[in-house]
Amino acid sequence: MPISLHPEAFDPWALLGEYQSRLPAGGFGATAVFVGTMRDFNEGDDVRAMTLEHYPGMTEKHLQDITTEARKRWDLDDCLIAHRVGPIEPGDPIVLTAVWSAHRKAAFEACRYLMEELKHRAPFWKQETLKDGATRWVEKNTEG
Amino acid sequence: MSITVRYFASLRERVGRAEDHLEAAGNDTAGGVWSRAVPDQAIPDRVLIAINQEYADADHPVGDGDEVAFFPPVTGG
Repeated sequence: MPISLHPEAFDPWALLGEYQSRLPAGGFGATAVFVGTMRDFNEGDDVRAMTLEHYPGMTEKHLQDITTEARKRWDLDDCLIAHRVGPIEPGDPIVLTAVWSAHRKAAFEACRYLMEELKHRAPFWKQETLKDGATRWVEKNTEG
Repeated sequence: MSITVRYFASLRERVGRAEDHLEAAGNDTAGGVWSRAVPDQAIPDRVLIAINQEYADADHPVGDGDEVAFFPPVTGG
């Protein structure tokens, strides 16, 4: 399953290894990977925890669309997106995007594309819990 | 049948509920649905709208049985 949402903590490296082990050996020459991890600071404040809300159905659909578009733009062997939802803590992996292709150019470019499109279009919202227990919604993504 | 209206994240908190159900008026648009469902609040400037889980503009038509969602800019990843 190239798209997955994880209500519990997940290990992106285990997921990646397991997924790659099922791809035809020798078919791909490049694997590009991005893993996003929760920080314990944002906008100058200490962040204690975070909740990731999503729109069930629409989120999965748009992640699927993004992978379909990437495979039209580049010659890829496969790609993978995994994203955490629900309550998370600093140090927890939030997102994994991975791309397999014959050569590095397509792999690097498509992996970046998956991540940037996800940031722009996939319906997820972060609510941070600060050190003093106050909560606030993250209003926009960082520039990158 | 009716129109299902959904609100997410900070917008859900601002509206004070997650969902509304409206009778279809026959000439609805997404923006018109907001005005009928949340008459006491102007539609937010940076709102994103989805009709049946696809992004749409405020002037997009909405029909009986459609699901219209309103939410703030997305912040995943």
